[in-house]
Amino acid sequence: MTTTLLTAAARAVGLSKVYGEGDTRVTALDQVSVEFVQGQFTAIMGPSGSGKSTLMHCMAGLDSVTSGSATIGDTELGGLKDKQLTKLRRDQIGFVFQAFNLLPTLTALENITLPMDIAGRKPDQAWLDQVVATVGLSDRLGHRPSQLSGGQQQRVACARALASRPAIIFADEPTGNLDSRSGAEILGFLRNSVRELGQTVVMVTHDPVAASYADRVVFLADGRIVDEMYGPTADSVLDRMRRFDAKGRTS
Amino acid sequence: MYRTALRNVLAHKGRLLMTMLAVLLGTAFVAGTMVFSDSVGQAFKNSQSASFDNISVQVHNSAAGSETKASDNNSSALPLTDATVKRIAALPGTQSARGTVTGFAGLSDPQGNLIGGRGNTQGSNWVAGPDGRDSSYPMVQGAGPTDSHQIAVDQRTAQKNGFKVGDTVRLAVDGPVEQMTVTGIFTTVDPQVKAGGSLVLFDTATAQHFYLKPGQFTTIQAVARPGTSQQQLLDQVLPVIPHSGNITAKTGVQLSADSLAQVEAATSGMRTALLAFAGIALFVGIFLISNTFTMLIAQRTRELALMRAIGASRRQITNSVLLEALFVGVFASLGGLLAGIGIGAGLKALFGSGGDLPSGGLVLSATTVVATLVTGVVVTVVAALLPSIRASRVAPVAAMRSNDQPATQKSLVVRNSIGAAFFGTGLAAVLYGAHLGGSDGRLPVGAGAGLILIGAFVLTPLLSRPLIALVGPLFARLYGVSGKLAKQNALRNPRRTAATASALTIGLTLISALTVIGASVTDAVTKEVTSGMTADYAISMTLGDPISPTLLPGIKGTAGVTAASVLDAQYVKADGRELSVSGFDAASFSQLAAPAMVGGSADAIRQGALLVSEDTAASHHWTVGGSTRFTYPDGSTGTVRIGGIYKKNDLFGPVMMGESVLAPHTTAPYYQTVLVKGAGGATPALEQALKDSTGRNPLVDVQSQKQMVKDFSSQISLLLNVMYGLLGMAVLIAVLGVVNTLAMSVFERKREIGMLRAIGLERRGVKRMVRLESVVIAAFGAVLGVAIGGFLAWAAVQLLKSSLAGLTTSFPVGQLAAYVLAAALVGLGAALWPARRAARLDILDSIKTD
Ligand SMILES: Nc1ncnc2c1ncn2[C@@H]1O[C@H](COP(=O)(O)OP(=O)(O)OP(=O)(O)O)[C@@H](O)[C@H]1O
Ligand SMILES: [Mg+2]
Repeated sequence: MTTTLLTAAARAVGLSKVYGEGDTRVTALDQVSVEFVQGQFTAIMGPSGSGKSTLMHCMAGLDSVTSGSATIGDTELGGLKDKQLTKLRRDQIGFVFQAFNLLPTLTALENITLPMDIAGRKPDQAWLDQVVATVGLSDRLGHRPSQLSGGQQQRVACARALASRPAIIFADEPTGNLDSRSGAEILGFLRNSVRELGQTVVMVTHDPVAASYADRVVFLADGRIVDEMYGPTADSVLDRMRRFDAKGRTS
Repeated sequence: MYRTALRNVLAHKGRLLMTMLAVLLGTAFVAGTMVFSDSVGQAFKNSQSASFDNISVQVHNSAAGSETKASDNNSSALPLTDATVKRIAALPGTQSARGTVTGFAGLSDPQGNLIGGRGNTQGSNWVAGPDGRDSSYPMVQGAGPTDSHQIAVDQRTAQKNGFKVGDTVRLAVDGPVEQMTVTGIFTTVDPQVKAGGSLVLFDTATAQHFYLKPGQFTTIQAVARPGTSQQQLLDQVLPVIPHSGNITAKTGVQLSADSLAQVEAATSGMRTALLAFAGIALFVGIFLISNTFTMLIAQRTRELALMRAIGASRRQITNSVLLEALFVGVFASLGGLLAGIGIGAGLKALFGSGGDLPSGGLVLSATTVVATLVTGVVVTVVAALLPSIRASRVAPVAAMRSNDQPATQKSLVVRNSIGAAFFGTGLAAVLYGAHLGGSDGRLPVGAGAGLILIGAFVLTPLLSRPLIALVGPLFARLYGVSGKLAKQNALRNPRRTAATASALTIGLTLISALTVIGASVTDAVTKEVTSGMTADYAISMTLGDPISPTLLPGIKGTAGVTAASVLDAQYVKADGRELSVSGFDAASFSQLAAPAMVGGSADAIRQGALLVSEDTAASHHWTVGGSTRFTYPDGSTGTVRIGGIYKKNDLFGPVMMGESVLAPHTTAPYYQTVLVKGAGGATPALEQALKDSTGRNPLVDVQSQKQMVKDFSSQISLLLNVMYGLLGMAVLIAVLGVVNTLAMSVFERKREIGMLRAIGLERRGVKRMVRLESVVIAAFGAVLGVAIGGFLAWAAVQLLKSSLAGLTTSFPVGQLAAYVLAAALVGLGAALWPARRAARLDILDSIKTD
C-alpha cells in the first residue's frame, strides 16, 4: 500500500486516566501508548471495565486525561479549550455510539449532514451520494429514526460519521444492540469505508466476530495494552480472549 | 402509596418548585386581595364610627344642599330651621344640639387650580360653644371664622398647600370667586377628610348663605343627656321635627350601621374586581400545574409501569399522583398565604402613602386563611386530575419497553374536532352578538368569547404546527442548526408546547383586547372632540353647573378672542317628544364649529333654520327643507325650518339652532359651554387671559381641544395601566410555565444534547437552541393571544358603538407588535436558566445509556 499507511491519524503517549479520589480511586487507563494508523481499521477489545471506552473518550476529546498526551493528526488535545475541542470533534472526528445516535426530530438525511450543518458547511454532494449509496439508504433518506430499524439507524449513524470526511471515526460497540445479520452489515460497511474510501476507524467491541473485520486488534486489560494482533480471525481473537479469562480465573 | 407520593415530591422538588411557585403566586394574589380589602374596610369602618361617636340622634334634610337646588321649587320639602334646632335643644333628653350646613366648596390652590376632585372638598359651618370652641373641630392654630370673609381649613389641606393663618385664599361655591381670610387650622375625625378630602369651615350665616337660606340647616345633631338612651332621645325628637319625606331622623347607632353597610358595599366591589384578576392568574396556574404533572408522569412512565406490573391498581396510581398534588397544594398555599399578607401590607402602604386611606392595622380574617388554602389545594388537585388519570392508564408492559424513542403521539383528531366545535360555535355567537350590537349583543358575545377561548386552547396543538413552521426557514437562515433544531423541538410535542403557550395566550388575549378597546375609544373621543369643533377653547363649570351669563362679556372681550359663542342647553317639545336643543351664536358658528354635514348646509343656521343630527332627523322623519313645530320652554310655539343634517356628534347634541331664535322663548339661559376662537389659536397666553377674565374662578374650566383629549385619554390609560399591572401576575405565572417546560425538556433530551455536543455543537449552539425554542413557544402564545384579543375587542367595539358616536375598531399595530416582541423577549429570559443547564451538561454523562 502507500506510505500514508505509516502516518498516525491518532496517537496516545503515556496516557493515564484516574477517576475518583482516595477509596473510590480507579485507574481506568494506566500509561497507555498506542497509535492508530491512517487508513486502518482497528478494533479494541478487552474484558468489561478494562478501559476501552475510557481510552476512546480520551482520544476523541470527550474526556480529559490525567496525564500523558493524546493527539489527533498533529493536534495535541491536552491544551485545547472546550470550544477548540468541539470544533475538532466536529471537523476531524466521527462518532458511532452503541445507541441513541440520532436526533428523533430530524430525517435520516438531515441526521447524516448534521455535523456539516453545525459547521455551516455545504456537504460535498458527490461524496454524500457515494456514502449514502454505500450504506444502502437511498430510499430511506426522508424517514425519521422512529421509522427505521435499529440496524438502519446504526447505518445512518455510520453515514453521518463518514459524511464529513473526518480524520478518524470512533465507534463504541456499534453492533452491541443489533442482531448478527444487521451487525454484519454495519461491520462490512465500516470495513469498506476503510478499504475503499481510505477512512481510519477505531472500534470498541466485545465480539470476536466483529473484531475479525478489523485490520488490527488491540487488547486492553486493567487499563493497560496487553497485546495486539494483525489480520485477526474470529477464532484467533476468541483464543486470545480465552486466555484473559483463564488468567482472570487463576489470578 | 403515601410514602411513594412523598418520595416523588422530594425527588422532583426542583421541578415541583415551579408548580409550587405558580400556586403560591396565585394564592398570594387571592390572600393579598382579601387582606387588603379587609384592612381598608376595617380602617374605613373605624374612621366612620369615630365620627358618629358623639352623635346620639341626627336629623337630616335630604332636600338641602347644593346638589338639589331644584328642590327650592319643591313645595312639599320642608326645611330644618333655627326653630327646629331650638325645639330639639329644649327637649328634656337633649344635652346639646347643633345645626350643620354642608355643601361643595371649590377651594383654589395658590396656582388657581381646584383642590381635590369634585366630591371631596366640602364646606361646613363652625359652631362655637359657650367656651368659644367647637368640639368637632379642635383648632391647632388660630380661631374659628366669625364673619362672611373668614374660613378655617383642615390641617392636611393647609399643610399641602402652604396655607397659614392670616393668608388670603380664593374660594368659589357656585358663583363668583370670593377672597377669604384663613382664621384657623383645625383637625377633625370627619371620615371624608380622613380619606383624603378637604374641609373648610364658614361661620353659620355664611354657610347658610352659600348652601341654603338664612336660618336653615342641612343636618341637626343632638347629644343625649346622661341617662337618656339614643332611642329615647329619638322618640322625643320625632314629634318636634317637620314631617316631610325629605326629613329623616336616626340614632348614632343606626348611622354607623348605615355607613358600615356603605363601606361594605364599596370594598366588596373592589374585592370582587381584584379577585377576578386573581382568578385569571390561578386559571393560568392550572395550565402550568397540569403541564408539570403531565411531564413528570411522562418521565416516570417506566416506574409507573413497574408498579402496575408488580400489582399496584389503577386507583392506587391515580391516588399517588393526586396525593403528590395535595402536598404541593398545601405547601404552596401556605406560602401563598404568607406572601399574600405581605402583598396586602404593600398595597396598603402604596395606596395609603398619599393619605387617601384612613390608617389602621392589617386584618387577617379566618375567611382569608380558609379561602386561600382551599383555593390553592383545590386548584392544584383539579389541575393534576387529568395527568393522574393518564398515569393510571400506563400499561404494565411499558416497563419492558426501552424508552429511547419518544412515545408516538396519540392522534389529535378527537381533540381537534372538539376544539373546532367550540371554536366554531364561539365564533358564530360572537359574530351574531356583534351583529346585534348594543346590550342585546352582550350575552352572545360574552358566551362566544368564552367558547372561543376554550376552543382555542383545545386547538392550540393543531395551530402550533403551521404557525411555528412559518418561522422555521427564518430561524434556519438566521441561526443555522440551532434555529432548525429549536423549531423542531418546539413542534415535537404539540400538547406540551400548546399548554405552555396557552398560559401566555390567556394573559395576552386580555391585555391586547383591553389595548384595542382603549385605543378605539380614545380614537373615537379624539375624533369627536376635534372633528366637529374648530374652536380653540371650551369653557365650562367643573361641577356641570351652567356658566353665569355675567361671565360672558368678559370672555368675549378678552384680548385675542376673535369669536365666542355659548351653547345654551334647552329642552323643547317636537312631535310630542322632549328634545334637547343647543342654542348657538349663529354669527360666529362657522368659526367655531364644523359639523360633518350629510345634507343641507351648516350656514342655514344663520337664516334661523335648524341643524339636526342624522339619527334625530331619521327618528323624527325630518328632511332638509322641511319644517317642524316646537313648543318652547316658556310655553310658546313656533315653526322652524330644517336647514341641514349633520353626523351625530356628542358635542353638538341632537339639534342646534341660532341662540337669537331660541333665547326669547326660554325662561332662563343655561350656558353649558362657551366656545372660544383665538386669533393665534390655542396659546398659553390666551388660556391665562381667559382664566383672568372669568375671575380666576377655580370652578371655571378653560380647556383646549388638546387638553380635553388628554384628560380623557389619561383617564383611560390610567385604568388600562392598573389592569395591565394586575394581568401581569398571570403573565408572570405563564413565564414560570415556560421555564418549567424548558427545564424538563432539557432533562428529557439530555442524551440528544450530549450527542450533539459530541459531534461538534458548541455550548453556545446548545444554549441558542434552547433559547430559540422558548422564544418560539412564547411568541406563538403571544400571537395567538393578540389575534384572539383583537377579534374579541372588535366584537366589544361593535357592542359599544351604539353608546359612543363614531366608535370604530382601531388596532394600535405598533403596540400589539410590541407585545409579541415583549413576549418573545420574556421567552428569551425564561430560557436563560434551562439553556445554561443544557450547555453545561457533561457530554459523557449524557450519552451514557442507562
Ligand atoms: N465516570 C467515572 N467515574 C468513576 N469511574 C469510572 C467512570 N467511568 C469509568 N469508570 C471506571 O473506569 C474503568 C474503565 O471503564 P470503561 O467504561 O472504560 O470500561 P470498558 O472497558 O468500556 O467496559 P465495558 O466493556 O463494560 O464497556 C471501570 O473500572 C469503570 O468503573
Ligand atoms: Mg464501554
